[in-house]
Amino acid sequence: MSTVKEYKVIGTRPVRHDGADKVTGRALYGADYSAAGLLHGFVLRSPHAHARIVSIDTSKAAAFPGVLAVVTAADLPESGDRMVDLGEGEVPLSHVRGNIFAQGKALYRGHAIAAVAAASPHVAEEAAGLIEVVYEPLEAVLTAPAAMREGAPVLYGESNVSHQFQHVKGDVAEGFQAADVIVEREFTTSTVHQGYIEPQNASAFWSSDGRVSVWTSTQGAFIVRDVMAAVLDIPVSQVKVTPMEIGGGFGGKIPVYLEPVAALLSKKTGKPVKLVMSRKDVFEGTGPTPGSFMRVKMGAKKDGTITAAQAYLAFEAGAYPGAMVVPASMTVFAAYDIENGLIDGFDVLVNKPSTAAYRAPGAPNAAFAAESVVDELAEKLGMDPVEFRLKNAAKEGTRRMDGPKFRRIGCVEVLEAIKNHPHYSAPLGGPNRGRGIAIGFWFNIGMESSCNISVNSDGTVNLVEGSTDIGGTRTSIAMQAAEVLGIPVTDVNPSVVDTDSIGWTNLTGGSRTTFATGWAAYEAALDIVRQLKERAAKLWSVDVSEVEFADGVLKSSAGTMTIKEIAPKLNGTGGPVVGRATVNPKGVGGSFAGNIVDVEVDPETGKTTILRFTAVQDVGKAIHPSYVEGQLQGGSVQGIGWALNEEYFMRDDGTMMNSSFLDYRMPTILDLPMIDTVLVEVPNPGHPFGVRGVGEANIVPPLGAIANAIYRAIGVRMNHLPMSPPAVWKAIASK
Amino acid sequence: MPSKIHVQATINGQPAEFLCEPRQSLLEVLRDILGLTGTKEGCNDGNCGACTVMMDGRIVNSCLVLGPEIQGSTITTIEGIACGTELHPLQTSFLKNAALQCGICTPGFIIASKALLDNEPHPDEERIRFWLANNLCRCTGYDKIVRAVQEVCQ
Repeated sequence: MSTVKEYKVIGTRPVRHDGADKVTGRALYGADYSAAGLLHGFVLRSPHAHARIVSIDTSKAAAFPGVLAVVTAADLPESGDRMVDLGEGEVPLSHVRGNIFAQGKALYRGHAIAAVAAASPHVAEEAAGLIEVVYEPLEAVLTAPAAMREGAPVLYGESNVSHQFQHVKGDVAEGFQAADVIVEREFTTSTVHQGYIEPQNASAFWSSDGRVSVWTSTQGAFIVRDVMAAVLDIPVSQVKVTPMEIGGGFGGKIPVYLEPVAALLSKKTGKPVKLVMSRKDVFEGTGPTPGSFMRVKMGAKKDGTITAAQAYLAFEAGAYPGAMVVPASMTVFAAYDIENGLIDGFDVLVNKPSTAAYRAPGAPNAAFAAESVVDELAEKLGMDPVEFRLKNAAKEGTRRMDGPKFRRIGCVEVLEAIKNHPHYSAPLGGPNRGRGIAIGFWFNIGMESSCNISVNSDGTVNLVEGSTDIGGTRTSIAMQAAEVLGIPVTDVNPSVVDTDSIGWTNLTGGSRTTFATGWAAYEAALDIVRQLKERAAKLWSVDVSEVEFADGVLKSSAGTMTIKEIAPKLNGTGGPVVGRATVNPKGVGGSFAGNIVDVEVDPETGKTTILRFTAVQDVGKAIHPSYVEGQLQGGSVQGIGWALNEEYFMRDDGTMMNSSFLDYRMPTILDLPMIDTVLVEVPNPGHPFGVRGVGEANIVPPLGAIANAIYRAIGVRMNHLPMSPPAVWKAIASK
Repeated sequence: MPSKIHVQATINGQPAEFLCEPRQSLLEVLRDILGLTGTKEGCNDGNCGACTVMMDGRIVNSCLVLGPEIQGSTITTIEGIACGTELHPLQTSFLKNAALQCGICTPGFIIASKALLDNEPHPDEERIRFWLANNLCRCTGYDKIVRAVQEVCQ
């Protein structure tokens, strides 16, 4: 047994520092930005999923009363092509630019063509309707298999396959030869959207001195700054990005869409310009997560040992490369210790919006396929699905098929928690009911964060950081500083600041904020402790080596002093004390999650009801358990929506038929039971407090768990998502 | 003909008057004319509930009400829920129960929950879920929202 560390602040459940502002309506989100002389913009978008843009005539729009400027792709500087860092990876500048304004060709319905700035949003919209665009419509291609076919319409370049790769471990043919049972199945999943409630927005002001200020809802203010500089061909030092409060993102607010457009409109008018997307624009013009085609084959011996696993993963990138098929390949079999494996991955361009990250991007699709096959294997072998998974579970030292070897992980602990949970053995209590389980993995990321902490004369501290707070991270970061300083978390005043006011900080994503920015806060707090010891030594006239610090108290043979006592003496003993730290931590700890889910399927309608749902996750160390539970619950419910209801209904010409919240049906409060959570804590040895990062792994297992539950309820294996009432009804009817 | 209409109403207990275009929604009036940006826009077609406000004792999606329609009405927004610096019990309970993550849907949920509890002080879980089914939250999975409302009912 590992020794459990005693913490004073970590593991408690304080109210978040931004709480009062967020329950009273005072918190300012991106669309709440206002300024004297503010203009409103509207973006005209392509009505065609694939079309050559023959001509754009903006003259009538420009002449419309109340219009101050119109911009098109021609207003973007032609700054050549090079790679730009988008936080989670580098992409060609031409793709970033092309997704901001279509360049010669519209690649999806909703692709931005032009934008108008006017005194009111209504006038801007009216005027945009006067822009005359001549299109030459082209045949659209909408799924990965169709886009890979010989003779398929090509979006650009030589082929729609923008990236192809393979992971090999051992000898997969030999592995299948050794198997007593083999299961091979094909799976497809539909395009789904992140579904954040706040639409994308951006305001910008291009000053006469060349400085560009941006106010926006983004998961990465520094990413926006760097993309702005690249796209507009200006130095990063000329751009200041202020991250406003953000109304959800889930990966979808990493890409830059509106910010450069607002800046161009501001440059033309000399006034601040605000752009806000409609919900339809959000569905049609911002990154959904990829639809996918997958084939998974796994073999096992009679004793339950998995001998080989093979996956063919073809993911829809949308209009530009980056279908998240790489992370899918990194996670598809990661939960298992399998000697022989082969994974083929294809990133495929289709005429849909360019896909963006969505909470453990790629992993839920892949786990849906793998966990369905694992479940079927267990059934064929007559083994309990948890026991079968436990027998093959990944452990410290297991090598993933994509190369890395696991350090200390909690896969076994998550499975044990499922096995031992009363839910797993509770009676189902009715016909047409079934219980399914599944597990899943997300690797999490580390990357760069900065933090400054200054000591106030009353012994409180101001903590400044650059990570967008998307769900309580001001507090989870402040708690780590408070723990080091031995002060209550209410004595830490955290702020998320603009890009001029803190060191470079990577995006809020990859479950990294509490891990990496929390680590920066930990280091900055240690920097304060070091300086406070020096001041105490000076005050006491002792050597600094004789000063000790514990639980907020400085101690030496000369006496003791709390932080509150020394704080007013700092200015007179050498000046104010500011702690600072920047980190780029390597000790990332991956997270495993698992679900137990009970469903009831109505055989008359095919509708699946979630009766009971238990979410289990290895969280490393829960800094703020309530906020961690919230991550598990939120990820689970997004997974439930993905599994049962959510999909882009696309016409053959690439028109989305359900681009509203009425018809793109996300789970409501009435569709769900309470979501029980189990926080497994296997501390990450790579973090001072054992943090793993908790935002993402929880969305990986629900899809497979629900599919497995539906199978046990009605005896049909659903190989397509969503498992909507018509799909399940059809499957029952053709049984 | 003037392009704007003169409207008088009571907003958060105070008399208010403003000029708005006939096509401007109550949501636009609140946010863009009166500066009450606590009421949020999520969809602008009545399907997410982020813009929920009280109008003459009933909850409405302010995106579906035209500004001129509130002539003579009494409107309560999220800015009018707390009493001075003292939070409403629902606001306190949402914070204590971690019932918000990003917080964009929170004003709508608090207004809708208050409307429920003002009329039915002790709804059961099913009733709470039924009543709040017009309010979408994408972050929390709703569990902690239900609990936050339940705690105030006790």
